[in-house]
Amino acid sequence: MPAQTLTATLHVNGREHALPDLDPRTTLLDALRESLGLTGTKKGCGLGHCGACTVLADGRRILSCMALAALYEGREITTIEGLAPEGGAARPHPLQQAFVERDAFQCGYCTPGQIMSAAGLIDEGRTGSPEEIREFMSGNLCRCGAYANIVAAVADVARTPLVPGAREPEQGRS
Amino acid sequence: MRPFTLERPHDIATAVAFGAADDDQTDYIAGGTDMMQLLTDDIRRPGRLVSLGDGVLDDRIEAAPDGALRLGAAARMSDVADHPAVREGFPLIAEALLSSASAQVRNMATVGGNLLQRTRCAYFRDPGVHGCNKRAPGTGCAARDGVNRMLAVLGGSEHCIATHASDFAVPLVALDAVVRLSGPGGERTIPVEELHRLPGDSPHVETVLVPGELITAIEVPASRAARTSHYLKVRDRESFEFALVSAAVALDTDGGRIREARVAMGGVGPKPWRMRGVERALAGAACDPAVLRAAAARAADGTAPRPGNAFKPELMRRTVLRALRVVGGQP
Amino acid sequence: MTSTAAASVVGQPVSRVDGPLKVAGGATYAAEFDPGPGLCHGAIVTSTVASGRIASIDTAAAEAAPGVVAVLTHRNAPVLPYHEHKGLTDPPEGERIHLLQDDRVRHQGQPVALAVAETLEEAVYAASLVRVSYRPESAVTAFSDAVAHAVPPGPRYRDRGLEGDGGRGDADAALGAAPVRIEAEYVMPRLNHNPIEPHGTVARWSEGELTLWDKTQWVDNVRAEMAAVFGLPPDRVRVVSPFVGGAFGSGLRPWANVTLAAMASRHVDRPVKVVLTRRQMFGITGYRPRSTHRVALGADRDGQLLAIRHEGVSETSTYETYAEEQLGSSEYLYACRDVATRYRVAPRNVQTPNDMRGPGKVTGVHALECAMDELAAALDMDPVELRLRNDTIVDQSTGVPFSSRSLRECYQAAGERFGWSRRNPRPGAMRDERGRLVGYGCASATWPAMRQAAEARARLLPDGSAVVSSSSSDMGPGTYTSMTQVAAETLGLPLERVRFELGDTRMPTAPVHGGSWTMASLGSAVQAACAEARRRALAEIGRADADLAAVLRQIGEPVEATVRTEPGDELRRYSAHSFGAVFAEVAVDPDLCTVRVPRLVGAYGVGRVVNPKTARSQITGGMVMGMGMALTERTEVDPRDARPVNSSLADYLVPVNADVGELDAVFVDEEDPHVNPLGVKGLGEIGTVGVAAAICNAVYHATGRRVRELPVTVERVLGAAVR
Repeated sequence: MPAQTLTATLHVNGREHALPDLDPRTTLLDALRESLGLTGTKKGCGLGHCGACTVLADGRRILSCMALAALYEGREITTIEGLAPEGGAARPHPLQQAFVERDAFQCGYCTPGQIMSAAGLIDEGRTGSPEEIREFMSGNLCRCGAYANIVAAVADVARTPLVPGAREPEQGRS
Repeated sequence: MRPFTLERPHDIATAVAFGAADDDQTDYIAGGTDMMQLLTDDIRRPGRLVSLGDGVLDDRIEAAPDGALRLGAAARMSDVADHPAVREGFPLIAEALLSSASAQVRNMATVGGNLLQRTRCAYFRDPGVHGCNKRAPGTGCAARDGVNRMLAVLGGSEHCIATHASDFAVPLVALDAVVRLSGPGGERTIPVEELHRLPGDSPHVETVLVPGELITAIEVPASRAARTSHYLKVRDRESFEFALVSAAVALDTDGGRIREARVAMGGVGPKPWRMRGVERALAGAACDPAVLRAAAARAADGTAPRPGNAFKPELMRRTVLRALRVVGGQP
Repeated sequence: MTSTAAASVVGQPVSRVDGPLKVAGGATYAAEFDPGPGLCHGAIVTSTVASGRIASIDTAAAEAAPGVVAVLTHRNAPVLPYHEHKGLTDPPEGERIHLLQDDRVRHQGQPVALAVAETLEEAVYAASLVRVSYRPESAVTAFSDAVAHAVPPGPRYRDRGLEGDGGRGDADAALGAAPVRIEAEYVMPRLNHNPIEPHGTVARWSEGELTLWDKTQWVDNVRAEMAAVFGLPPDRVRVVSPFVGGAFGSGLRPWANVTLAAMASRHVDRPVKVVLTRRQMFGITGYRPRSTHRVALGADRDGQLLAIRHEGVSETSTYETYAEEQLGSSEYLYACRDVATRYRVAPRNVQTPNDMRGPGKVTGVHALECAMDELAAALDMDPVELRLRNDTIVDQSTGVPFSSRSLRECYQAAGERFGWSRRNPRPGAMRDERGRLVGYGCASATWPAMRQAAEARARLLPDGSAVVSSSSSDMGPGTYTSMTQVAAETLGLPLERVRFELGDTRMPTAPVHGGSWTMASLGSAVQAACAEARRRALAEIGRADADLAAVLRQIGEPVEATVRTEPGDELRRYSAHSFGAVFAEVAVDPDLCTVRVPRLVGAYGVGRVVNPKTARSQITGGMVMGMGMALTERTEVDPRDARPVNSSLADYLVPVNADVGELDAVFVDEEDPHVNPLGVKGLGEIGTVGVAAAICNAVYHATGRRVRELPVTVERVLGAAVR
């Protein structure tokens, strides 16, 4: 057992999760993935350098690898599993749909973080132009290089006007 | 990560007492965006971690009638950057904040913690490296003859050439901002410029804070110059990267004459570097291209680059000149 | 997705069939599998010297730490058989490091201990308590020192067709006689794959059988290697890997996490998970090797190439020889009578490099295409015109015709979309509205069209649906989707009624997912298996024209076919390569010397395109990686001790969203009847090839300055400023 264990309750996606033996060192990310089985939130670096672990805390996008789980007790955490109502059983979130339609990912590993970051971004209102989306989505690395399609997907949902003269992507949407 | 006891005090006195009580066994965590890296990378191994998140520090952003700014130490970087008083009265501060890290980090990181972040020197951040006087006093400095492109050309010593990575601190130094401190000996106020120490022969001691002492607020005096200002950050990547060099420039001009100039640079030294030589060359002079160029040429005075960052002095001059031109309306 | 008419589904821009799962966070990657009760976590301790012996290793504190189950070192780790195993992706020369089997350290970052504990936090902490001291031995740490002792790749590489020396004619004599000559040296730093998902493995033993959930591009080779390492029959090892969070080559070989997880799991008799940290990714996995290339080109005054001499040397480790075909493209890309290539490897006390997207070609084509731009400048000739003047329909390195080649069409299509005709040929003559120097540059791209044997199973179900499977991988190109398309079209079933499965050694054997050959190889097998299953189903009721779904309902039980396909002699009769042309626009700040890339436009002849939507993503994604290579990426290795310095994603600069401007990729119409049954030539790698050269050439056009060492950083452009 660690030097100290805590009893904590995390509020995730509208549900309460009791963590009776929480190690104070446990990050919110590791608590989600290893204790709660919510593996949709991804670990790419564990140091705040890649954005794959992005979740919403009280509606704002944060990096769950930079958060000690114990210090996020009482905050409302939203992960990719909880973005759409009922876990998307009925209908996915518009961002999730747009990411599929725009082919805004390849391997899919950074994708939950990208989508949660985009959800936070739209709420921040930083979607006035493709340039603004690019800048404010730069905290989420995508090694497959799907950035252009990510911008298109976010712009679709945020109804961001495309720059005059900018070319529409080639393919139709299926 | 070494096991630690997590403490969650609700007032400053209790928080201070934890840090004052023992010797280097206590670390504080606020936004956590740097402390979590230091813990994860095993650079800090505290036995006790004291959270400042339960009302110990306030997060208020307040503008006085005269335009002076007070930022509670727990204010988030994103909130400060978005605040109208900051955007309108201190564009260079808003720009510096928005050029820092990423949106997610800015949503977590506090302005107080930003000032106290540790260097990004890769040799400091890798505990597998033996030589780092900052991390392990007396072990030497692997960076001095190593990969040091990002490191200091001003204020370094033979023991350490780390840079301070904060963007936000650069305009604060330019504007003579102060930090309010609360510690075991009571409260005091010091200029941001005096918060960080030069490495000398003890690079592990980075600030003038005594054990247990906390930054409670940042105060930026009212400034006419700050209203016409700019923060220019040069980096390899367009976003989400620390500065190669950066410049915070504020000019107060009156009918084509520069009444007051404030210039500081980041990415060049162990602390944000006030460019007083540049300021002197500008004060009272006409805001014309020749003056700006001559003033910018002073930006690299006193630099002592290493082979890996020999380009920095020239880049510093160019960066200051560009920032002056933007602010002076002479692009 | 709307219902798609089956007959036309190949060639349609179908959205990824695994997309809804991925965007919901429901795709399960290696480290996310739950192996059942008792899971422990392993944390690796790595070496901090480049070469030497472990003098002492003290695990007492680690073993006493809370939650610790075991601490494995060379002193107590089980002795493993480590039978000979050389997969296609292993270097043929040398031998892998036998983990925790002796006290020898061969590189920085080599695993020297594994702490196993109840929780991740406890394992990581215990690992930090292991105290190791070393007896360092002399080491080659600086690349320049390694180059001084560079050697040819070795006899086993020669058996694979990779000679140290190649070419035709007398390049030196032809160079001497050429009226126009250029010669230059190009330096390319080490690059790390840096997929966002770190490598990780969950291992579980049950009754002598080993199950591994692993991140890999080749489950069958992980099985084969682990069977060899542990002395097991391969059928006692199962490897599962349905989703791969990016790899770009890093998943071609099993890394230490696989062996250590399996070793520890057997040792503690519980499932064990081992995930590499990002820093460990820089010390344990492979990388694109650092290289230096010297290129000399000779031409007549009309731009006809008279001579190519291309020499290259790249780093390798001391315990294995990693060599890649860096210079082959200089032998076939253009018409030229006299060509000489010379390739050497430089052993250094580092871990072994491995293939990274476009291995060899990305490196060699960069040097050649930068040199071509220098030649065009020396000739005062348009760089596109120079390439077209040296176009050829015959591979002059073998004398065999290309199966198809659309390089000219690619230059025309991409050049037109890019607006190359607006280019002022004089360097430094173009500016954008912000006053930045604008440069246009171009480069050719090429990647061989290869094919491997592959096996697939099609199982047709009574409900009119089909499940098609093979042990392949989908690290992001869209294998799930494109194979579903091929299967649906072949079966004549709607897309929605076909499910493709991959990533399990229990499935029919697919070749390694790499080399841009998955569609050519596995696509052919999927097509054949589906055709055979359909034939069997229809034969059962004796009609060849019936609706398959109706037939299956009538039969009332599954109909199955497993088919193995392999290439014939077509790749001996033809030289098969994808070709492309990529154009870059750069904007260079004349004062600050920062380089940005507002636009990249590429056109590619890759044969048939199964899914234009995912294909375009593949290419544009490859472009982003090429942009990173050009401007920001490098693994800095300290020349004093060979330790990677910038081993984090804060310091190794993968491009971010804000770096990427407009990306435009098109495919020229190309039918290749020779290359394979599907007529596909592959497009996974070619998108990265040539991009850095196009950008460097554009930087020259913008500034008049040649930056011959990558990446093109501020300080390398500084001094080119115009005002």
